[in-house]
Amino acid sequence: MFQGSTVAAISTGLSDSGIGIVRISGPDAVLVGDRIFRSPSGKAVLKSSPSHFLQYGFAVDSDISGSDPHWKDHIIDEVMAVVMSAPKSYTGEDTVEIQCHGGVLVMRRILEASLRCGAVLAQPGEFTKRAFLNGRIDLSEAEAVMDVIRSRNEYALSASVKQLRGDLAEAIRKLRGEILHETAFIEAALDNPEHISLDGYSERLHEKIEDLSGRIKKLLDTADNGRFIKEGIDTVIVGKPNVGKSSLLNLLVGQERAIVTDVAGTTRDILEESVNLNGIGLNVIDTAGIRDTQDTVEKIGVERARKYAKEADLVIYVADSSVPLDDNDREILSLIGRKKVIILLNKSDLESEVSEEKLTDFLKETLPDRKDLSVIRTSVRENTGMKEFEDTVREMFFQGGLSYNDEIVITNMRHKEALQNSYESLLLVKQSIENGMEEDFYSIDLTNAYAELGKIIGEELNDDVVEEIFSKFCMGK
Amino acid sequence: MPEVREIVDVCVIGAGHAGCEAALACARLGLETVIFTVSVDSIALMPCNPNIGGSSKGHLVRELDALGGEMGKNIDKTFIQSKMLNASKGPAVHSLRAQADKADYSREMRKVLENQEHLSIRQIEVCSILWEELPDSSKAEQSLKKITGIRTFTGTVYECKAVILCTGTYLRARCLCGESITYTGPNGLQAANHLTDSLKEMGIELRRFKTGTPARMDGRSLDYSKMEEQFGDERIVPFSFSTDPDSVQKDQVSCFLTYTNERTHDIIRANLDRSPIYAGIIEGTGPRYCPSIEDKVVKFAEKERHQVFIEPEGLHTNEMYISGMSSSLPEDVQLAMYRTVPGLENCKIVKNAYAIEYDCINARQLYPTLEFKAVKGLFSAGQFNGSSGYEEAAAQGLIAGINAAMQILGKEPLILDRSESYIGVLIDDLVTKDNREPYRMMTSRAEYRLLLRQDNADLRLRKKGYQVGLIDEKQYRELLEKEKTIGEEIDRLKNTFVGASREIQDFLEAKGSSALKTAASLAELICRPELSYKSLAEIDRNRKALPEAVIEQVEIEIKYEGYIARQLRQVEQFKKMEKKRIPFNINYDEIPSLRIEARQKLKLYRPVSIGQASRISGVSPADVSMLLVYLEHYGQSKKGEEQSEKL
Repeated sequence: MFQGSTVAAISTGLSDSGIGIVRISGPDAVLVGDRIFRSPSGKAVLKSSPSHFLQYGFAVDSDISGSDPHWKDHIIDEVMAVVMSAPKSYTGEDTVEIQCHGGVLVMRRILEASLRCGAVLAQPGEFTKRAFLNGRIDLSEAEAVMDVIRSRNEYALSASVKQLRGDLAEAIRKLRGEILHETAFIEAALDNPEHISLDGYSERLHEKIEDLSGRIKKLLDTADNGRFIKEGIDTVIVGKPNVGKSSLLNLLVGQERAIVTDVAGTTRDILEESVNLNGIGLNVIDTAGIRDTQDTVEKIGVERARKYAKEADLVIYVADSSVPLDDNDREILSLIGRKKVIILLNKSDLESEVSEEKLTDFLKETLPDRKDLSVIRTSVRENTGMKEFEDTVREMFFQGGLSYNDEIVITNMRHKEALQNSYESLLLVKQSIENGMEEDFYSIDLTNAYAELGKIIGEELNDDVVEEIFSKFCMGK
Repeated sequence: MPEVREIVDVCVIGAGHAGCEAALACARLGLETVIFTVSVDSIALMPCNPNIGGSSKGHLVRELDALGGEMGKNIDKTFIQSKMLNASKGPAVHSLRAQADKADYSREMRKVLENQEHLSIRQIEVCSILWEELPDSSKAEQSLKKITGIRTFTGTVYECKAVILCTGTYLRARCLCGESITYTGPNGLQAANHLTDSLKEMGIELRRFKTGTPARMDGRSLDYSKMEEQFGDERIVPFSFSTDPDSVQKDQVSCFLTYTNERTHDIIRANLDRSPIYAGIIEGTGPRYCPSIEDKVVKFAEKERHQVFIEPEGLHTNEMYISGMSSSLPEDVQLAMYRTVPGLENCKIVKNAYAIEYDCINARQLYPTLEFKAVKGLFSAGQFNGSSGYEEAAAQGLIAGINAAMQILGKEPLILDRSESYIGVLIDDLVTKDNREPYRMMTSRAEYRLLLRQDNADLRLRKKGYQVGLIDEKQYRELLEKEKTIGEEIDRLKNTFVGASREIQDFLEAKGSSALKTAASLAELICRPELSYKSLAEIDRNRKALPEAVIEQVEIEIKYEGYIARQLRQVEQFKKMEKKRIPFNINYDEIPSLRIEARQKLKLYRPVSIGQASRISGVSPADVSMLLVYLEHYGQSKKGEEQSEKL
């Protein structure tokens, strides 16, 4: 039988509805399960549970004993757990599934608990791969299995690398560079002891490790509070200049974020905010007003707006009821294509130049293929029509028209796992120094720390140390 | 013209460090072997540095010795100074290096070859390799050929079953010293100009590398009082596990250390346009780890000085090797720059520094057995495979020799993996990675180096040497005995407890170690940095007298147990992937979801295992998963076919 490590993942979609399942598969599945699942009386019962038998109880966030009076403080959710003994499970391995309420947060916390308790995060497509290798999937489906692995990996890769926040990627690159430099220094000295001396280096490295591990710790805190990459629906606000796009963003965020003036073209940069609309996360991008512009700085903004409109999950088109519709509106609408869209007719507080009917006709004429367009009248300034707007978003979300990118939630966890591993490797270096170990022991864990950080930005280990040795240190006879 | 025809088993082309090991291995395994050289006086020649070993290279020699190779024994006979490098670091990076008497080294190795049964030496240039197409090769993606023999410059044909190419730096060699260029091999020896064409005809791809060597000087012209004297170790450790340590304790010669300075660098900078490398005359790729002094000055402009080691070339010559100052600058510039170095003000050059260019291959054309994928029975080793260094060459020579012999004898090949030896790392790197310069072994290349120590090379590899047939019964029994004694002693130390008695506490205090709170095993005490196996003698009364080599292992295994256990766990994961073999006739075009880059790389490298595939740059973990799934599918459907055939 194919025997890998014990892996865990969320095996249902990541939408906020119904039930969710966290699956743990591998030789230690039951062991891990018993660390995160407690019966109503606080016992670990999965080891003695018959196969395929539902157990009622609680998922807990750490391996806490049921005799601990505070064990109930660790409950994440009320759940059902089931053990499926090998080979009678999806993967053909020992499997534990925890069925919980389908909130993204709950599923994530249960998954995180299982990772703390001995499982590693499953690679994209891993359950399918294991099922296949263990003969649980018909051989004729080999090709389909490979497609699943391929597409999941590509998806994961684009999610993890491209969507990583730029400042974080930069911080990680910098950390990696510094770790690599230390490793290469040690290795260069070991390879060329008569040319490079390590006298007094331990103390220097100890200080350096304090600094590096402190910086990684900070990044880890970022991971706990916020995210490395945005979870939510990518939403872009488009419309002609000065129709109230920035005001809308400010209203949604609840603060003055964008500069709002009545001069057309004030928003030159792309503003981006995370907005929580009754539990639905939107990443809202306010674009510079799209129009034919000669101003070069603004021109770049407009270009980018076109790009964002193309990549967004949801487009909010804002029209100004106080000025006539024109070719600029036509061009902007042409960006929408087949995208999910919400159309706002703003500035209902001002004298009306464009009526709802007029706009509807204009839409029919510009986008003849789209029968699903309806118009919401708003006044961002007076905060009217916003309830209707929110309802529309919710409706779209729950009817499945809009969804989270599942892989992003997982990617965040993958990043966190890598950071944690990197942090722990650095602590091992520190320990080696404090225990008076020889210098060659440091570079083993330094290299691990470096490789783990590399996973976040999608870089493999390769011959980096050797390359660094040659480029930074004068070697040789 | 009447033609001389000989029939043998193996032809080894080249008698450098790779060729000697390859030929000895084959002959010792009972195969009729001929070793060809352009000059019998250059057998086991050391045309560059006058030493064997050094960081990680010392490991290679130890491993070679454990497997039954000759280099370790030969340097033990001929060294004139010995040092254990990195002695103050962890045991994994301790590395032996010995200065050799070059002439003695060469002469002694020649003697060994001459006295080896089944081995003959032939001084003649080999001009072509003889081969035939394999009949069923049409099925395979590339046509398969098979070795039938070689032809010499004089037309003699040697029919044989295997050929081992160990041509070193001789193929179409060209030496450069400033503007003067000679078409010779190292040290003015005749180059081999014909073989390249024959190899190309067979479809083997060749490329060009370069390397260089510094000047040799008349020792009488140097002023050693301006340099720092460098002594050998007080207690000498031999390279070979078969050498009695007491037999190598002898008087040693010294090396000397001096430095370049700004004046040296100014001269080099002013004459860069006359360097063939900087003038673009040299097309070959040079190694970054032994850069010429020109390179050092250009690349590390901020360094005010570079070290220069003055090393004797032997006891019977006054020639000195100027380590750290290899160069291809013209003679007049060389002289001027050398004379700026303290102690070299009046130096007289015996041999100029020069750069050498030669034909070699990209070793991805080889299996890890060092056999060509496209030509059955053709093996290659050493600098021809794109490596550098005597030790790297010798290690490959031994493996190529063993595997040529195993093939002829119909036995399993010997493939060492990365978790069991530096030799495994060396060969895996050569055949799996895209090397763009002569490859040198480095300790940072070994990911499991805590396990791959020079002190335990015998424990790691002697058994394999025995299985192959190069290690005799007696040596093998000694190894088993050593293994057993180590295991028993570790057990004893883990199970012998001392209590917190007055006597023990006093003892610990005297050793500067903290007092015991509860009973502790002797092993736990050895783990304390301030204590050692030997220092516990006083309180360990039941201790048997054990050989030094056993005590060393016991101590390392106990002191570094945690680290060693961690690496062993990693090795377990690694081995799983290595064990999954990829059939040689796999058709990568049939695997639907592979990315184009991965498909191309896999077709080019044709890895033998999933593990090797995963190390090819451009093959992602997802591609590896895909391969696993495909192989499973393929394996299952293959079984199905076999069954239906039986029915």
